[in-house]
This record gives sequence, C-alpha cells and structure tokens, in this order.
Amino acid sequence: MNTLNTTVSNEAGLQNAAVTPAKEERPAETVIEEGQTVGTPFSDDPKFRLRNVEVFYGADRAIKNISLDIARNEVIAFIGPSGCGKSTFLRCLNRMNDSIDICRVKGALHLDDQDIYDPKRDVVELRARVGMVFQKPNPFPKSIYDNVAYGPRIHGLANRKSDLDDIVENSLRKAGLWNEVKDRLDATATGMSGGQQQRLCIARAIAVSPEVVLMDEPCSALDPIATAKVEELIAELSASYTIVIVTHSMQQAARVSHRTAYFHLGHLVEVNDTDKVFTSPEHELTESYITGRFG
Amino acid sequence: MPNQKDDVYGDHISHKFNDELMELKTQFLKMGGMVETQVERAVEALVDSDGHLAEEVRANDKKVDKMEVDLDEEAILIIARRQPTARDLRLVISVIKMVADLERVGDEAKKIAKMAIKLMEEGQAPRGYVEIRHIGNHVLSMLHDSLDAFARLDSEQALRIMKEDKRVDEEYQAAARTLLTFMMEDTRNISRCMSVMWVLRALERVGDHACNIAENVIFMVKGEDVRHTPMEEAERVVSR
Repeated sequence: MNTLNTTVSNEAGLQNAAVTPAKEERPAETVIEEGQTVGTPFSDDPKFRLRNVEVFYGADRAIKNISLDIARNEVIAFIGPSGCGKSTFLRCLNRMNDSIDICRVKGALHLDDQDIYDPKRDVVELRARVGMVFQKPNPFPKSIYDNVAYGPRIHGLANRKSDLDDIVENSLRKAGLWNEVKDRLDATATGMSGGQQQRLCIARAIAVSPEVVLMDEPCSALDPIATAKVEELIAELSASYTIVIVTHSMQQAARVSHRTAYFHLGHLVEVNDTDKVFTSPEHELTESYITGRFG
Repeated sequence: MPNQKDDVYGDHISHKFNDELMELKTQFLKMGGMVETQVERAVEALVDSDGHLAEEVRANDKKVDKMEVDLDEEAILIIARRQPTARDLRLVISVIKMVADLERVGDEAKKIAKMAIKLMEEGQAPRGYVEIRHIGNHVLSMLHDSLDAFARLDSEQALRIMKEDKRVDEEYQAAARTLLTFMMEDTRNISRCMSVMWVLRALERVGDHACNIAENVIFMVKGEDVRHTPMEEAERVVSR
C-alpha cells in the first residue's frame, strides 16, 4: 500500500531534517518530539476532543500520538506534505477508516464527550452528524433532487413530500446552488459542471443537518471560479457547522480557516491561529513547508 | 553583499524564487549604499562649501527615486507571482517599507545640498558646523549599521540602532539650543542659523529613518512588530 511506502521513506527524510543546522537568530525547532505540538492545539469549547490518537496501517504507524481539540463552529485546516497523515487523521473523525481492513485506530476520540470508537456506536448515525465531502465530486447517478433527498430519506428526516422539498431547497440554497438548478431539479446530476457537482455534494452532506462537515481537498479538482464559490460557501457554513478541511493549497488554508494544523510524517507539529501560521509560524518545519522550502 | 545568511532566503524548491528574493535584497542594499553616499556628500558639500558637489547630490536624487520605483515594482511582482508567506512575506513587506525610508533619506540629503548652496550664497553661518559634522557622522554610522543589520539579519544590532536614535535626538536638541542662544544674541545671524538648523533637522530625520529600518529588521527576523512599543518590549522580542 502506498501509504506504507511513503511513511518508511519519509522516516529517512525526518532524520535529515533533524540534523539540519539551526538557522541563526531563530529559535529553531527542527526536531519533532512525539506528542509535542507547538502553538494552541486545545480549546475551551471543543466539538472534538482527540487525545493520543494513533493510526496503524498493519504494523506501520501513520499517525503518531496526536492530541487536538477542534472547537465548535471553527474552520480548521489540515496542511502538510503528501503522506503526512492529514487525510488519515481526518477520516478518523467519522470512522471512514473502518472500511480499510488493516487500519487500526488507538487513543481517545470524543465528539461532544461521546466516544467515537465505542463499539456500540451506530456508525451511520455518526456519519449523519459528521458529514464528508471528498476530493472528487461524487454525485449519485440520479437527479439533482434525489441526490440531496437521499440522506433525509434514509434517515427518515421528512414525513411528507413538502418537508422533503423544503430540505432540498434549503440545502441547495445553503450550498449556493439553488438559483442555478431550481428549474432543472429532475435533470441528472452527472450532467452538471465540476464545480456545481461539488457544491451539490456539499448540499447533500448538509441535507441531513450534520454538526460537522469534513472536507478532503474539496477544491483540488475545481477551477478558480468554482473554488472561490466553494470557499465562499465554507465561510457561510462556518456560522452553523464545525468544518475541518484538508487542503494542499496553502492560500486556501490561509483564506478560509480560523486555525491551521501542520502535519509532518504522522506528527502534528504545530496548531495556531491561521494568521499567525502564515506570517510568523512557531515551528521551523511549518515555516519551511509554507514558504515552499520542501513539501 | 553575499553572506552565509542569504541561505535563509535561498533554499526554496523554486530556484527562480530564490533568485527573485536575492535580487530584491541586493537591489535594496545597492539603494542603501547610494543613499548613504548622498548624505555623506551633502554634508561634505556643506562643510567644505563645495557648490559643485552640492549640485551633483541634488541631481543624483533622481537616481534614488528611480530605484524606489523599481524596487517597489519588483516587490509587487514577487507578491503577485509567489504569494510569499512567513519570513519571505516579512522580507518583501519590510523591503517595501524600508525603501520608502531610504527614499526619504535621499530627500533629506537633497535638502542638505540645497542648504549648502543657500549658505554659500548668503555667506557661511557663524556656528553649527561642528555639530553638523558630529551629528552627520553619527546618523551616517546608524544608517550604515541598519543596512548591515538587514544584510546579516542581525536583530541585536538593529536594537542597538534603536537605542542610538535617542542619543541623536539629544544631540540635536543640544545643538538647537546653542543656535537659538546665538540667534538671540545677534539677530543678523537668524537667517543663516536657521539654514544650519534645517540641516540639523534633516540629519536628525536620517537617524529616525535608520531607526525605522532597524525596526523592520527586527520584524523580519523575529516576526514581531516593535514599532510604537517601549524599548523594554523591543529588548524582550530580540532576546527571545
């Protein structure tokens, strides 16, 4: 599996990074101490409380002792080079890693003080509360209406057709898509443009009234205009939802998020206010990454 | 001014980006050197009553102005092309601000040259030349050191310059008092003493600009803004 190889080869890279002579004038911290995150990883009002999280793919540790709070109604961006574990960590938050046989998750992960990994927990209900939007738009091969109505139907959120109509309209409005599609709700979703499809997926995610929306590189397949629309949407959604976004675009992280978390080889190196991360990050590795010195 | 610390801006994945930042630094230091010479020669022209030199200083100010425009353009292009962050962003923003300081220093040099010509026409002032030379040397060394602190990213040296500025202010106040006394003693001296006063004022401003550059160097290196903060705060930032 690709992740395993990346992890192994990057271990060597970490050792190299550790012996790089410290730049003068700055309190250089090029060595990563496991479980040590600089900045402000904790919150007074956490939606997620994550402690000593470790993720294994077989024998390999992809996430190494990460502790983090995700605050209520914040937008937090996960950044870091490929293979650093940011997507793996994101997928722990609604147990998407359960579908990978060799994947094991250790540590204490709580959503509003409820154990996410409690064996008795209903995963479908969890994923309704913690929705997800993926890198590539993945609408169902159904009509626009049915895409959005799918979740509310299976979760029994609407008893009458008019209730369902309301949910579909509200969700499409929140996703900034209503005006573009209101006259062709029966048209097939796969005929929409990439940007529209992605916003439809966001509408689908929020149709079941989640508390959290996880976004795994939601704009990497979109053009700049569609990206701008999705970013605008993130800003609006943050009033009602907690949003966790994984992105390879540093500028996007700088634009949309309140806090930014920098991952490196499975470690959580730094979490700080986004403004601070992009002007004067605390950790040398964060600085090297965001200024394009490696990555 | 190649220096081992250039590595701080020279280790991006994009070599072109390295080159652009390096060029920005080099051009800024070139402009700094040009401005230093302008002040030095303006003071020399005044003290030696050298009208030819004073004219040259006035003419050269156009070159300084052009460098300001060119450097600003280069900085804007880097922002547009590279969207710099963290220390790269701090470098580019600081250069934009420090370039404005250097241009103002150039203007002060031009002002001094103008006063040199005026004093030659009116006849030398009876007092103030010793003070001009003294304060002139003082602020020139501050300017030089601030550019040096920039080149070497030396925040401790920058802090020393900030402290030095207080001394220049005191020297300026003392010289102004002396001139004032002299003008009160004999009103015929007023016009020429005022010209000397303007020169001293211009030199004192050069010290202020050197101090601004020093503050920007601390921002570049430490990531914290020490403008309009007590000296103890600047000391805390530099020592951490």
